[in-house]
Amino acid sequence: MIELQNVAMGYGGSELVAEMTLKLVPGSFHFLTGPSGAGKTSFLKLCYAEMLPSAGYLNLFGQDVRTMTRDDIAHVRQKIGVVHQDCQFLDHLPVAENVALPLTVTGRSVDGAELRELLTWVGLRAQAGALPPQLSGGERQRAALARAVMMSPEVIIADEPTGNLDWEMSLRLLSLLVELNRMGKTVVIATHDLNLIRQAKAQVSARVLRIANRRLHLAGADL
Amino acid sequence: MMRLTMFRADMSATDRVVPPSGHTANLTVLTSAAMAFLAVFALALSLASGRLADRWSEALARSATIRISAPPEQIEAQTKAVLDALATTPGVESYRALDDAEMKKLLDPWFGPDLPVDSLPLPKLIELTETAQGMDTEGLRLRLAAEAPGAVLDDHTRWRRPLVSAAARLRFLGWLSMILIGGAMAGMITLAAQAALAANGQVIRTLRLVGARDAFIAQAFVRRFTLRGLTGAAAGTVVAMIAVALLPATDEAGGFLTGLGFSGWGWLWPLFIPPLAALVAFGATRHAAFRMLKEVR
Repeated sequence: MIELQNVAMGYGGSELVAEMTLKLVPGSFHFLTGPSGAGKTSFLKLCYAEMLPSAGYLNLFGQDVRTMTRDDIAHVRQKIGVVHQDCQFLDHLPVAENVALPLTVTGRSVDGAELRELLTWVGLRAQAGALPPQLSGGERQRAALARAVMMSPEVIIADEPTGNLDWEMSLRLLSLLVELNRMGKTVVIATHDLNLIRQAKAQVSARVLRIANRRLHLAGADL
Repeated sequence: MMRLTMFRADMSATDRVVPPSGHTANLTVLTSAAMAFLAVFALALSLASGRLADRWSEALARSATIRISAPPEQIEAQTKAVLDALATTPGVESYRALDDAEMKKLLDPWFGPDLPVDSLPLPKLIELTETAQGMDTEGLRLRLAAEAPGAVLDDHTRWRRPLVSAAARLRFLGWLSMILIGGAMAGMITLAAQAALAANGQVIRTLRLVGARDAFIAQAFVRRFTLRGLTGAAAGTVVAMIAVALLPATDEAGGFLTGLGFSGWGWLWPLFIPPLAALVAFGATRHAAFRMLKEVR
């Protein structure tokens, strides 16, 4: 699905991360931790081809990322749902249309009942007609999650999804991600919130990865 | 394929992903309208110059004038000698001497209607038309020199060529203006499209993130700018055509401006300007969109 072999990546000649080897298999649940600036976000961007490796081999859904065209990348992103800490929306469109955006851009018709069901699942049914700037931080995160799963992607990548949320809202978002994993989706969450990781590990079999000293490590069992 | 499907009726979803932009939209429409307005006048100038060149060329190519300047007592004799010579010159289709009334009419613009033609020592003018095969101009000149020394043959070549050349050049300038107007329009629409694309950087990044292909994103901008170009150009063309139609008629204006405008089927030519403007807008926006999209992964 997503496979990295000795992948390195950096900016302007300096390597940010190196020798990263990982294989994300269907249905797995991964946490990615590490200090700020360690390269968590960059690692995630590699996974949906927003950044390219400077060395090594990166395979996304059976295709070497170096041989992918821009259309190939767009196609891969239809299989990967992404949730950022600072979720970006089309602020002039209501929440419902933002959530349905992955369908719109691929020319597929939106099933109103499914869309309502999804909005209900993330607790945003009442906010369907609201514009994104009118949403709270937690609501934006849940709207981003709904958008990420709209196309029923195989992988869900979340970058610090609970960074701006209170504990109660963080748990609610986590439970949604755990529920998606139980449906067979692969989930990768970058976070520095160890309590969140412990909470998740109580519910699901999660692997914890840590980026330190520019390398990717499997974190200890103390988590 | 995108080109063909771009103007489908169910494009509202594609359109909506780009936020409305009132100021840029108005500017694009206004630019297109102004450029189309100018293009119609350039076209009118080109067509009128072409007609003028053709008319001058055709009217003067087969005509010539013989001017007889001689003492009053010899003028009748020399005129007869010239007419006799013309009667036996191969290639001369018709000829006639202008009478006093015609001479007076020719001089009216310079001396007014009260010129006493009878009391002035005016030369006699003979107008002749050549056959399609033409005549031996040099041979006729030599014969006139021998039989009517005061007669001078003017086959109009001396001033016909510069006139026709000037009209042809004017026509070329008209077409060049059209090309420059098209180029300027493409430039302005490209700038407006680039501004719109730059202002919507977040929209573009979001669309790429959720799996939009470049063609989809470009389409949203291209369609919008093409329609604006078409709308503006249509308005500008209509206004310009009305303005051209309201230009003074040939008889009233006279002089060089005679016939500036469209005639007959020529009125159909300006109707090509709005689709051409839309094509220019389409190409300019598409080029700008794809170039800018390459910078966004």
